[in-house]
Amino acid sequence: MLGEVMDPEVPVISVVELGVVRDIAINGNDVHVTLTPTYSGCPAMHEIEADIRSALMRAGAGAVVVKTVFAPAWTTDWIGPEAREKLRAYGIAPPGMAEQGGLLTLTRRRASVVCPHCGSSDTRLQSEFGSTACKAIHVCRSCREPFDEFKAI
Amino acid sequence: MSGPPVAGQPVEGQPVAGPSVAGVRVAVVENALAEYLLRLGDDRLVLGHRNSEWCGHGPILEEDIALANIALDLIGHANSLLSLAGEIEGKARDADALAYFRDGVAYRNALIVELPTGDFGFTIVRQFLFDAYSVLLWNELANCAHAGLAAIAAKCLKEDKYHLRHSSEWVVRLGDGTEESHRRAQQSVNELWRYTGELFDRDGVDDALASQGVAVDMAALASRWRTMVDDVMSRATLTVPADAVMMRGGRRGRHTEHLGHMLSEMQIVARSHPGATW
Repeated sequence: MLGEVMDPEVPVISVVELGVVRDIAINGNDVHVTLTPTYSGCPAMHEIEADIRSALMRAGAGAVVVKTVFAPAWTTDWIGPEAREKLRAYGIAPPGMAEQGGLLTLTRRRASVVCPHCGSSDTRLQSEFGSTACKAIHVCRSCREPFDEFKAI
Repeated sequence: MSGPPVAGQPVEGQPVAGPSVAGVRVAVVENALAEYLLRLGDDRLVLGHRNSEWCGHGPILEEDIALANIALDLIGHANSLLSLAGEIEGKARDADALAYFRDGVAYRNALIVELPTGDFGFTIVRQFLFDAYSVLLWNELANCAHAGLAAIAAKCLKEDKYHLRHSSEWVVRLGDGTEESHRRAQQSVNELWRYTGELFDRDGVDDALASQGVAVDMAALASRWRTMVDDVMSRATLTVPADAVMMRGGRRGRHTEHLGHMLSEMQIVARSHPGATW
């Protein structure tokens, strides 16, 4: 059911694939949904909650109770291989593995992100922040196209 | 808003160093936690609002987007922290009530975050000094005994690490950049330095929380922060001023003239149309 509720900003993966739905409990006619936010300030979380509510109500739920939890903190590592392929096909480079590294990563060399359009690794970071909290902007030197990257966190 | 303080009653939001009589002690500790959460939340709300003032005014498009995104994250952190503060306080104030319906004297943010944005260099240097402190603090609080705060800390830590990477790289770029960018970055360091001491102050609130396992060794934190700051500053060819007289007061509601002006803008819509929805 919730597999059909899409991320409002990335409408090719569902809220389940995104990893924000942590638990569902059905109690008679009522549905209790436990959500965890992606980014703390992500405005799409309100939209996601509303979409989940209406999808469950349409499916005949009596009441929908949504609870938000912060632990364990959301990570892009929860996005599975199938969903990553959907992102790539949509033109968004899927996230790498989230780093556990040190607090200050000033001298870190970044692995280049593979272009979702042509598959080239010859890309450069254009902007660490993008159109939504979860994305960064890169440019491919091979096909010259800009593309979004789903940031690993 | 509540009225003027009544004699014998604690001033709203003030920690109370009360006697440890049965019954009273519990209230004291609860206030201390709510007070601590206000400090954490207000720092991020005020800095988030300051960064949001760059929206549409960034020096380049990428930095306009970056500062707006960082502002959004910080306001998100404030929302989580102030919600929890309101819950623990138990006066039916949610995050919006705390953000929009408190006057400056009830704000508990450190002075450094309320200073006007200044130029891009000032904004970036402040963001770096704060990010370094914030990342170190969350790293400690993620393991604290209060489950609700620990969960928020672990989440904020991830996002703030990304901010720190961004701000530290910019400090190096500006400090080790052109003559003009170096001059402005150095001037910002000089102006901001005297506001950094307050971040590491320890008072009765921290002491009251220590018994709950929410204590952070601020002296050790300050030392780790200084190591991190020195590392970045030396790469940036910037100089940290010799120990200055530190400005403080924000944690007790004594603010600079700048906070009131900022709040009047931030709060005007909510106060003009209380309870409005759209």
